[in-house]
Amino acid sequence: MTTWVTLALALPLLGFLYCALFGWRVGRAASGVAASAAVGASFGAALAVAAGVSVLPESERFVTITIASWLTAGSFIAPIAFLVDPLSTVMLLVVTGVGSLIHVYATGYMRDHHGHLDLGYNRFFAFLNLFVFSMLVLVLANNFVLLMVGWGGVGVCSYFLIAFWFDKPENARAGSKAFIVNAIGDVGLLLACFLIFWTFRKVDFDGVFREVAAGQGSGAMTNIALLLLIAAAAKSAQFPLHVWLPDAMAGPTPVSALIHAATMVTAGVYLIARTHPIYEHAPLAMAAVASIGAVTAFFAATIALTQTNLKRVVAYSTLSQLGYMFVGVGVGAFGASIFHLMTHAFFKAVLFLGAGIVIHHLAGQEDMRQMGGLRSRLPVVYWCFAIAAAANAGFPLLSGFFSKDEIVSAAFLSPHGSAILGGSLLLTSALTGIYMFRAVSLTFHGTSNAHSHTGDHGVAGSMLWPVLLLTVLAVVGGFPYAQFGKFLHPSLTHWGGHPVEVANPVGSIAIASGIVSIAGIAVGLWLYAGDRAIPRRLGRSLGGLAETVRAGYYIDAFYGAVLLAPVRVIALISSGPVDNFLIGGFVSLFPAFARWMGSEFRHTFQTGYVRHYAAAIFAGAALIAIFFVYRIGI
Amino acid sequence: MIESAPTPYYLVLSAVLFSIGALGFCIRKNPLVMFMCVEIMLNAANLSFVAFARHLNVIDGQVIALFIMAIAAAEVVVGLGIIVAIFRLRDSIDVDEVNVLRG
Repeated sequence: MTTWVTLALALPLLGFLYCALFGWRVGRAASGVAASAAVGASFGAALAVAAGVSVLPESERFVTITIASWLTAGSFIAPIAFLVDPLSTVMLLVVTGVGSLIHVYATGYMRDHHGHLDLGYNRFFAFLNLFVFSMLVLVLANNFVLLMVGWGGVGVCSYFLIAFWFDKPENARAGSKAFIVNAIGDVGLLLACFLIFWTFRKVDFDGVFREVAAGQGSGAMTNIALLLLIAAAAKSAQFPLHVWLPDAMAGPTPVSALIHAATMVTAGVYLIARTHPIYEHAPLAMAAVASIGAVTAFFAATIALTQTNLKRVVAYSTLSQLGYMFVGVGVGAFGASIFHLMTHAFFKAVLFLGAGIVIHHLAGQEDMRQMGGLRSRLPVVYWCFAIAAAANAGFPLLSGFFSKDEIVSAAFLSPHGSAILGGSLLLTSALTGIYMFRAVSLTFHGTSNAHSHTGDHGVAGSMLWPVLLLTVLAVVGGFPYAQFGKFLHPSLTHWGGHPVEVANPVGSIAIASGIVSIAGIAVGLWLYAGDRAIPRRLGRSLGGLAETVRAGYYIDAFYGAVLLAPVRVIALISSGPVDNFLIGGFVSLFPAFARWMGSEFRHTFQTGYVRHYAAAIFAGAALIAIFFVYRIGI
Repeated sequence: MIESAPTPYYLVLSAVLFSIGALGFCIRKNPLVMFMCVEIMLNAANLSFVAFARHLNVIDGQVIALFIMAIAAAEVVVGLGIIVAIFRLRDSIDVDEVNVLRG
């Protein structure tokens, strides 16, 4: 087990080192192959780890692997150690499995139509591998401090990759925005760690959760949980810290698929599921998590209805689905959320990668109004995209249906849930169907806008096969819901947890959510597959409201006015009067003194006669003598 | 044992010698004479050291006087070397002509 875990971690790190140090020298195309092979082999090691975990008896599926001691100061012990349990195994499989497919896809995506590599080809794969390594550190860490290392690592890789094409200022700005918003979450995590150590005098998961289960530190529990919520909300782009994710679409599409849909943004959900013993002792924080999730799910879905950029629709859809996961963990259905995390990784990766093929095909065109009629040109991509969109909308028997149904059921039935929570999720499900099939219709149906096409290019096999494989997973990934719940169960009960488990896909709620999602899909197709006269009329009559929603409810503008404007004023004052006159004026006294020493002083005192220098020395000696005589009183 | 003069006498002599040396160093132009003035000042210091050593009945001052003599010898070697070098360069040893440091 130790060997496999070490291999799973070390291979992406070695891939990163290879791409970063030798990638530009050996031949840049080799970087893509090496990076993909590293993550693929890491997935193999992850499978071995999963096999190793599943043969253990249920109560012993918690293996701690210590690589090295790291920070030790009194009772503060944070080693480089990894906790392999069902929860981290699931995350390990999702990250390396989806990650390796997206790596393969990226070897094709990062070329232009003539097969020329992108200028930063090896840099791209270096960061992608570093990201996978950081993410694995995040999900495998056995203490809060090492988790924070992975947390920061994925944040900085996300920044590097959003701003990957940094020669465009807006891409660099999008990267900075993501980094700054994530920094707010990092502060939350840091404070939570401080409070955890302050309360329990330890930082390892097992030790802390044991004390929590024993009823220790109940006074600090709500505060810890709320601080962790800030961290999770920033990483998982939940309202009101969601503003960075839509802009993060500035990065290359494989990055959007891997980091901003399948893995990194789910780290917040993982964090809450991992710290569920703390949350179960903080009902107020649980309610906050669920409310934030429900609000984000609904409002992101409404924004997705109005966007015209294909990637932004999928990005807002990601926000919405992350909202579902937050509701899940917020009502105590941790297993359902992790299940949705996994199925979402499958179908959202297909959506992003499919969108990437479309964008690649149209030489960078992302505006859906310039698309249309691509069904006949990209039939395979059309079907994959449509199936994944249906899975995203919760079409019955596709993967999204099972996982979403578990969350909706828990929202209704859990002791933490309510009819309002469940109802809002059902409403959001309907919206999901509408916006997903609006995107499908605008992109693939209707007449082709031939002027935007740059000619016929086949789709490279390296891009098509990962999409096909992920589509298969998006279709069948939901069936083993019962086995998945059973596998995850020990992780959620080991530290005295009481997870809500509603795994009943044939109940009345399941039927209701299936009907709602089919209705949503049907409405989406009816409105947009034809001549789109109704949505146009609707858009005209709703004018102002539609504009508000399209602008993301002006939240960006609000932050600009309330948070950024005062900072800009302070910056202006500091750079102008304070820096130029106050500090600058004082500093310029020193060169003025030096200049005086070099001109008047020099002409007066530097005569060049030895006698004058000697006389100065004697005068100085005499002064010192006089000083001592008067001072000491000899 | 012959009764010797009290310590203040030696210190006054030392101060007088030092002043003569300092004044001579400042007003003479011949570097050799200036050297002699430096030696006078060093020996004035030596005299003080030895006088205090005897007054306080400790050996330290006498030891330091020996050091000063050694250093003075070394200093003369360096100084005479510089004077010879300057003479070769300029055919003159007037110190007022050596004034390239003038500002």
